[in-house]
Amino acid sequence: MIGGLFIYNHKGEVLISRVYRDDIGRNAVDAFRVNVIHARQQVRSPVTNIARTSFFHVKRSNIWLAAVTKQNVNAAMVFEFLYKMCDVMTAYFGKISEENIKNNFVLIYELLDEILDFGYPQNSETGALKTFITQQGIKSQTKEEQSQITSQVTGQIGWRREGIKYRRNELFLDVLESVNLLMSPQGQVLSAHVSGRVVMKSYLSGMPECKFGMNDKIVIDKQGKGGTADDAGKSGKQSIAIDDCTFHQCVRLSKFDSERSISFIPPDGEYELMRYRTTKDIILPFRVIPLVREVGRTKLEVKVVIKSNFKPSLLAQKIEVRIPTPLNTSGVQVICMKGKAKYKASENAIVWKIKRMAGMKESQISAEIELLPTNDKKKWARPPISMNFEVPFAPSGLKVRYLKVFEPKLNYSDHDVIKWVRYIGRSGIYETRC
Amino acid sequence: MTDSKYFTTNKKGEIFELKAELNNEKKEKRKEAVKKVIAAMTVGKDVSSLFPDVVNCMQTDNLELKKLVYLYLMNYAKSQPDMAIMAVNSFVKDCEDPNPLIRALAVRTMGCIRVDKITEYLCEPLRKCLKDEDPYVRKTAAVCVAKLHDINAQMVEDQGFLDSLRDLIADSNPMVVANAVAALSEISESHPNSNLLDLNPQNINKLLTALNECTEWGQIFILDCLSNYNPKDEREAQSICERVTPRLSHANSAVVLSAVKVLMKFLELLPKDSDYYGTLLKKLSPPLVTLLSGEPEVQYVALRNINLIVQKRPEILKQEIKVFFVKYNDPIYVKLEKLDIMIRLASQANIAQVLAELKEYATEVDVDFVRKAVRAIGRCAIKVEQSAERCVSTLLDLIQTKVNYVVQEAIVVIRDIFRKYPNKYESIIATLCENLDSLDEPDARAAMIWIVGEYAERIDNADELLESFLEGFHDESTQVQLTLLTAIVKLFLKKPSETQELVQQVLSLATQDSDNPDLRDRGYIYWRLLSTDPVTAKEVVLSEKPLISEETDLIEPTLLDELICHIGSLASVYHKPPNAFVEGSHGIHQHSADQFAIMKQYFSVLQVWLPATKAKGLEIAGTFSRRQGHMYMDMTFINKALQHMTDFAIQFNKNSFGVIPTTPLPIHTPLMPNQSIDISLPLSTIGPVMKMDPLNNLQVAVKNIIDVFYFSCLIPLNIFFVEDGKMERQVFLVTWKDIPNENELQYQIKECHLNADTVSGKLQNNNIFTIAKRNVEGQDMLYQSLKLTNGIWILAELRIQPGNPNYTGKKKTNATAFSYKLMVHIF
Repeated sequence: MIGGLFIYNHKGEVLISRVYRDDIGRNAVDAFRVNVIHARQQVRSPVTNIARTSFFHVKRSNIWLAAVTKQNVNAAMVFEFLYKMCDVMTAYFGKISEENIKNNFVLIYELLDEILDFGYPQNSETGALKTFITQQGIKSQTKEEQSQITSQVTGQIGWRREGIKYRRNELFLDVLESVNLLMSPQGQVLSAHVSGRVVMKSYLSGMPECKFGMNDKIVIDKQGKGGTADDAGKSGKQSIAIDDCTFHQCVRLSKFDSERSISFIPPDGEYELMRYRTTKDIILPFRVIPLVREVGRTKLEVKVVIKSNFKPSLLAQKIEVRIPTPLNTSGVQVICMKGKAKYKASENAIVWKIKRMAGMKESQISAEIELLPTNDKKKWARPPISMNFEVPFAPSGLKVRYLKVFEPKLNYSDHDVIKWVRYIGRSGIYETRC
Repeated sequence: MTDSKYFTTNKKGEIFELKAELNNEKKEKRKEAVKKVIAAMTVGKDVSSLFPDVVNCMQTDNLELKKLVYLYLMNYAKSQPDMAIMAVNSFVKDCEDPNPLIRALAVRTMGCIRVDKITEYLCEPLRKCLKDEDPYVRKTAAVCVAKLHDINAQMVEDQGFLDSLRDLIADSNPMVVANAVAALSEISESHPNSNLLDLNPQNINKLLTALNECTEWGQIFILDCLSNYNPKDEREAQSICERVTPRLSHANSAVVLSAVKVLMKFLELLPKDSDYYGTLLKKLSPPLVTLLSGEPEVQYVALRNINLIVQKRPEILKQEIKVFFVKYNDPIYVKLEKLDIMIRLASQANIAQVLAELKEYATEVDVDFVRKAVRAIGRCAIKVEQSAERCVSTLLDLIQTKVNYVVQEAIVVIRDIFRKYPNKYESIIATLCENLDSLDEPDARAAMIWIVGEYAERIDNADELLESFLEGFHDESTQVQLTLLTAIVKLFLKKPSETQELVQQVLSLATQDSDNPDLRDRGYIYWRLLSTDPVTAKEVVLSEKPLISEETDLIEPTLLDELICHIGSLASVYHKPPNAFVEGSHGIHQHSADQFAIMKQYFSVLQVWLPATKAKGLEIAGTFSRRQGHMYMDMTFINKALQHMTDFAIQFNKNSFGVIPTTPLPIHTPLMPNQSIDISLPLSTIGPVMKMDPLNNLQVAVKNIIDVFYFSCLIPLNIFFVEDGKMERQVFLVTWKDIPNENELQYQIKECHLNADTVSGKLQNNNIFTIAKRNVEGQDMLYQSLKLTNGIWILAELRIQPGNPNYTGKKKTNATAFSYKLMVHIF
């Protein structure tokens, strides 16, 4: 299990050090600093073994978090724990920065004491932790309150406390997708997938039982069998094939496995209900058509056309096309039909920005790149042209069909809950090779 | 509130000031002071001299201050054991506190104070806390047992805490169960054979129930523990798998990987022809792919594991090669791992795509990555013959780039391609020779020299080329020197007239001027060969070379099996067994790995009984097993001929146990070329008996439309041990005495590191029953009986000395000479 946990600033100074196991000595702190933080080369692995001691690290801005062990621990668990630790800290005091960590070091020690016992991760849901780890000093809890805390921390529903009340029961569902593409210069899709998340903000009273439905092909097909052939044909068209999905721990996985229904008691506030991945029938919002021509040894001509490929009534936003330029670029001239384009020497790229663009349109940029003559034999690697954008629909085609809320003990029904659904499709790694 | 100010005090006399503040009357001041002490401790200053002052602040009702003091205590108690005693009272009192949070805090902290004197006082409070009404306290106490065991294992056993911990597995609270499992798993690692966890179907059921209800971390503990369980039959394995599969959709990647581990292990036990087996295999692929959309560190762990899974069961991910294509922004460690997996998954179906990708990668910036990409192209050529031509032309393109390290790497892989496809691509040698001067790495130089030597007859100026290397002979690495020596000898054998001088020169350089014994020896051998018998020399030096294998860097199968048992853990990341990087580890995992190996023997390892070459294309591999009281002959028929096969039948010769098949061979459809079929033939022992030598020999005849084929195989004796082989105690005693000594056999079992209970458990699985156990002079004596299908009883006495891995056994039987031999086989 985890033998110790250290937090360092960018210089390698220790901000937090908590040792859980006897086999981890103080020298481990220095070993990591010397061998990893101060190492000359780039980090070649997130797991480092120094003198039979293994160090797992993650970096958040310029803060290093390192977990140390001498045992054969579950490596995936250690990383998941470090991520969780970051989430918990962010939930308590915002951004993870040197200043925030120094300002909250007592709190961090208190948290580390609670969520890692002898190196075993314990309940680390912020909802539960915030009920009893506060920096306000201990309130005089009644016996009931105390046992409520402990039963929540250890209980089946560790992510939600009882007795939550809202005047207005409201929930927000955000379907956030990032669409990833790798396209060859000839326009062939080398790989494309959507990784999506359903983020829910729930402001519901009591212990509501929720059921979430979407146009999952497997579910729709199953229902289709029972209904008329016509129905099945109609709904079948709109359903999507989900390659795989994972759920927040509140979702009853065995029920999903057997019936493919998504039922749960949600945590209070914002959390990620599910993640999913699709690869079939993805709507690619933009198509990039590159044309790069080398004119002699000192000049490049680049022409890039982008085409938007969705309903004309919808608007894409924050469009940015990044065209890489060789390292020996001396000057660039750009002409674009729409938006603004600039050559950024420090980033070795032409950045073309368009605020808004409707569907089924196209736009073009052309650039002349002057090169300095070099005797560097190595060819320019031609990194791919990448793109960023945001569109108001889900490129996977996912649709929320329903989110039903039942709370038998309190008298509000599914109809009284105000529900909001929003779809946002963003570019993930959206690249076209040139 | 800003606490950062505590980090900044750096004046002289700091300790003195702190001391004063710690003894301040005001509570707030004291708290401030403790915070400063903790801050100083964090940055590594020695503040142990403040021990008494800090401990004085412990008696407080302020929980925050208390926690800070505890933190200090955990750090320094060991260096001040005498003073640490001062804190005991306060701990004991806190363990009685009405607030469960405080009770838990006290028991948690006490376990972290590694001072013997304190641990004594810990026992009573711990015992109470293990039975506390509040689950929060119980789950903390469960972990505390593991802490205490780490400090004083003997005491934990003496105080009966292990039993209390085992009781907690049946606790009503899932988190208590999970922590108890975690603690027990860890403790049992230091007692490899103690069977502490005592996994039986009832307990397993409890764990599976808790699995659905506990936190994500708890699920990991439980899954990791489950993976050490050995189900008694296929049905149990399947039912556990069914209950574990839903975990594959968990958001926590560690839960997913641990579930994958359980499933990968239990897959071995499922019959390969069942529908469920196929479904389960299909279910494994999507979650593994999903792991690659996580954060880079988890991706890395996942990729290292996928690398193992792909070697063990390539079918799971063979359709998914695209997800392993490298993204421009991937961290380098992810890129390198993806590349590895891409090569493993490369096949004729996807080779075009893979090659296009690899070509792309070969122009990247990172040197290691580029080299690996070039190497990968070469490996594709070797693996997929159809692509070889395209790979070679891609490599030539890369050589044209003149990027030094790309050229060198390309030459190394081209050598391998030459070896795989001799006399096919030699036309490119000229291009390679152009780059001779730019090669500065030993690998590349050696590769080039090898090529020149091997194809000396086609290269006009081979002698000049090799001569140019001779100039700096002594500065070359050994590898290059050895290759150069061989290459020149080859050249001489091919063109003796022109190169006499050159070969003289290299032989003298190698034998007279070198200190390297390998080089000298090789030089002398060549010299003698050439001078005595040039014809033999030719046969030796220019002999045909063995083909190189298609797969490279494969992990050795036994290690692979062991690593599969460690999916998700550090071992799977390092691709090394735990004892290679953990001090003093021999734990339960290794033990389970060897059980795994034993199980495999009985479940899945098929021996080839009838090779295809001897049976006109029909290959039969098989094994025997005993399931639910019946014997089976499990066989795989493979048609390696070009025509289909029908009309199968099987017959046994008379044998020692009267084994005959009870049904005809269940192959009803024709077996197409390259098709295989798995069958299970039920057996009985009611056939005619004839003594065979060896006793368990079975001669089998198999007929098909082509011909009749004969083979013989050995039946493992344990399949003849019947389930009702447990003899009554009294009968045993009488029989043991009755059997004359000449029917007794003594033997030793060597290097078996198991204790008496595990041994008898293991034996019982094979229907060898322990009748009694007693302890004589520190040795465990086991008395056992077993019964064969033909009604012969065999009695055994097994003497186990703790610490001595060699067992002494005595066997007696009441049957005739026939049984003698039998006994020899059993162990």
